[in-house]
Amino acid sequence: MKKNSLKAWLYLLPAILFLGCFMVYPLVDVLVYSLEEGYNSASQSYYGVGLYNFSYVLRDPYFLQAVKNTFLLVIITVPLSTGIALLISLGLNAIKPLRGFFQTVYFLPYVTNTLAVGLVFMILFKKTAYTDGLVNLMLHFFGAGTVDFIDGPYWAKMFVLCFYTIWVVMPFKILILTSALASVNPEYYSAARMDGANSRRIFRKITLPMISPMIFYLVITGFIGAFKAYSDAVALFGTDLNAAGMNTIVGYVYDMLYGNSGGYPSFASAAALILFAIVLTITCINLLISNKRVHY
Amino acid sequence: MKVVLRNLTKKFPSRNKKGEEVIAVNNFDFEIPDGKLIGLLGPSGCGKSTTLNLISGLEAPTKGQIFFGDDDVTRLPPENRGVGLVFQNYALYPHLTVLENIMFPLGNLKGKDKMSKQDMQKKAIEAARLVQIEQLLERRPGNMSGGQQQRVAIARALVKRPRVLLLDEPLSNLDARLRLQTREEIRRIQQETGITTIFVTHDQDEAMSISDMIVVMKAGVVQQIGPPQEVYDDPVNLFVATFLGTPLINVFDASVSGGRLVIGSDRVLPVPGAKDGKIIAAIRPEGFILDRDGPFGLKLSRVEVMGRDTSVVSTHPDCRSPFVRSIIPSRKDFRSDGGLVRFSLVPEKVHLFDPESEKRVPFETGGTVQ
Amino acid sequence: MEAKLDYDVIERRAALRKRVFRTVDYFFLVLWAVMVLFPFYWMILTSVKSYSSYNSEYIPTFFTLAPTLENYREAFSAVPLARYFLNTLIFTVATTGLMMVVIVPAAFAFARLEFRGKQLAFTFFLSLMMIPGELVVITNFVTITNLHLRNTFTGLILPSVTSVFYIYLLKENFEQIPDELYRAAQVDGTSDFKYLTHVMMPISKPTLVTIVILKVIECWNSYIWPRLITDDPAYFLVSNGIQEIRENGFGRENIPAMMAAVVVISAPLIVLFLIFRKKIMAGVSRGGTKG
Repeated sequence: MKKNSLKAWLYLLPAILFLGCFMVYPLVDVLVYSLEEGYNSASQSYYGVGLYNFSYVLRDPYFLQAVKNTFLLVIITVPLSTGIALLISLGLNAIKPLRGFFQTVYFLPYVTNTLAVGLVFMILFKKTAYTDGLVNLMLHFFGAGTVDFIDGPYWAKMFVLCFYTIWVVMPFKILILTSALASVNPEYYSAARMDGANSRRIFRKITLPMISPMIFYLVITGFIGAFKAYSDAVALFGTDLNAAGMNTIVGYVYDMLYGNSGGYPSFASAAALILFAIVLTITCINLLISNKRVHY
Repeated sequence: MKVVLRNLTKKFPSRNKKGEEVIAVNNFDFEIPDGKLIGLLGPSGCGKSTTLNLISGLEAPTKGQIFFGDDDVTRLPPENRGVGLVFQNYALYPHLTVLENIMFPLGNLKGKDKMSKQDMQKKAIEAARLVQIEQLLERRPGNMSGGQQQRVAIARALVKRPRVLLLDEPLSNLDARLRLQTREEIRRIQQETGITTIFVTHDQDEAMSISDMIVVMKAGVVQQIGPPQEVYDDPVNLFVATFLGTPLINVFDASVSGGRLVIGSDRVLPVPGAKDGKIIAAIRPEGFILDRDGPFGLKLSRVEVMGRDTSVVSTHPDCRSPFVRSIIPSRKDFRSDGGLVRFSLVPEKVHLFDPESEKRVPFETGGTVQ
Repeated sequence: MEAKLDYDVIERRAALRKRVFRTVDYFFLVLWAVMVLFPFYWMILTSVKSYSSYNSEYIPTFFTLAPTLENYREAFSAVPLARYFLNTLIFTVATTGLMMVVIVPAAFAFARLEFRGKQLAFTFFLSLMMIPGELVVITNFVTITNLHLRNTFTGLILPSVTSVFYIYLLKENFEQIPDELYRAAQVDGTSDFKYLTHVMMPISKPTLVTIVILKVIECWNSYIWPRLITDDPAYFLVSNGIQEIRENGFGRENIPAMMAAVVVISAPLIVLFLIFRKKIMAGVSRGGTKG
């Protein structure tokens, strides 16, 4: 028995080493950092312990802007992307010819580099000296004026960010929902039709309850993912997100850590912990609601 | 409600690349009288379930028509047909309670048929009472036994008073004891409601025991239709003869010579009216009578005592199966000395079939021509 | 007779509704397909337009009659695109390989071996799954900096190796292999390690392949950690390369060359996806989220 135990721990050793060095230790350390006031990364010294880092971050206008951006992004993209994905999955589920083709196409954004394709979106939306960009030309066609989506007004930039975020998260949601729909036993639909239910009632009373666990799963992961948005914003607006007014909470953390405004791991830690607290709270609320609503 | 099937045919495109169509139901022509219980019987893949789906409207026929009474419902979507269907796996909605499951069809009614919630509940409870599950109304199907789920499914199918009730393999998911009980139950419910009921099964016992009429199918083609006893006593071909009855009918490669049936070297039975030549003889197990001077000699291998009856297991070189099974009334003095055992045969229990077409060959038995 | 007429109406209405629904359905499916594909089309199209013709189009054309590969040459010569590629390849292969070496024995221990503290250890592992990467990046950044490992492959790779989720996924898969096989192997005198490599790994090959593919995608697209840990272009991965190109390369306005670089960077994963389409989609639906 003893020898066996030792052997098992040996099998686990590499994983424990890696996790210990790069996950457990950092986790403890980030708490420590967040409480060390006036930490100087050059001299590695600090002059106090307390909550100053948190209060500094919470009063930093850049952080507040980042929080506002992130919340807007979450509130807009999570319901929209889940809803559209549900519609598309239902549409996919209803057809036979070309279904595989559509599924493959819809999944493509998942395997693309967020930064790379973000560049394409930027070009499509950007107004330059040479051209107004394709999207603006389409707006002209419908009689609207030119808007610079990349360097222009806040709502335009927010629109592009949401649009691109939805484009990026859609493959995962469509995939999950189509497989959820496909796993509903077709006999239930036959039974409901025999019982005389029309398609709307079948959807409301059969389909929706049956896939509700997956919808809630997507909402929860969607919230978590959207709160951590960062690279999409970088792809569209460049690395200096504070200047563009489009920073996200995660972006703020990295900016505090590194880059032009970097060198403050304490502030970064405090901001990261605030983000973690927000995500944890929202996830718990989500779980509470889903436990009440999803019953089987 | 009378149900009429006219030349009903269903073809499926082939799954393999050769492109040959699969004919699931071929030219089904049948009139089901009002208020009867009909058993669709056949081995798996014979097209009986497809027939049920055609009647329910879940599948559209390639050819032919379906009438409920005088209404042609052939092209009508299932929700407009007024059919109740009980699925093989019951298809109860797992997220709804039993009461909600039974009420579901009523909630679909529209226009002048629309019901208040109270009326729906009343009707649902009525249906639940009919199948005797009033005490389960608040439970969910997930934690119920197969028999209970079956009853809920029947209640759900009955609650809107369907014109026709369809049951797909209603007993196949139940254990042996429940099966007996449930089939009586189905019979009782059908008689109480008087709804024309069609059920599908591969189990001939099930079909024979409760049906007013059975339809035997094979490879999409209807073989024989009639009251169970009639089909059992007068099978039109070898398939029907072998499909019905337990233990199986005993099939011999035999011949007719001079108006007598010859099996091996024994001239076992006079068969006036049958032509000379090769023939297939099928003898029901109960057609053997133990008779020391009987014309038919079989090599005894063992005797199985089963209480009421005794099953004599013997062999014969011309039998198509390794053993010949005969059932005789139990008797204590049966001696199994390992040698030959002799039988005489009951003419009504012997059926002759043409070796080529396997169709029934009639002969005279005691004055009546079969 | 009247009843029959009624049925005709119901029948025709049902057929019509079905046709209308189908048309609308296909319309929206095609619409979304266009939304997905258009950026890809646009980047390929732009990448084969010449610099001068692109800049002279106030209204961009939807096709070009004079495709040129000039931009691709530009992409590989003006910025060290090949370097970025090689870096990403090294990073991806090393990280994925190292991860497999770490997670396979761990999953085996949890799935197959009995040892003291197993429950506790596994619960601890599971709870780590909930920790967001953003929290630990901060300290990792400081650690790697203090170890003077910035701008090295070691610094890039080591913190990217860990993945609790894949250990969990693999453990679940290992557990589905029937106990009898293990007992049979023990009776035959097979060692645990040989049982792992000769029985369990071949049986679990589909899951192993899925994990490798998912990790490769993750590595190829990783941006945040490489950005923090490298500022020497000699160690840039493709994502950082793209960002660098966007901000400093090609004199900012040479968009066709930029798009050529984007095409080159996107192509490997798309090819990988088209080959392993079913595996990737099955793997992702079993529990991959992006990032």
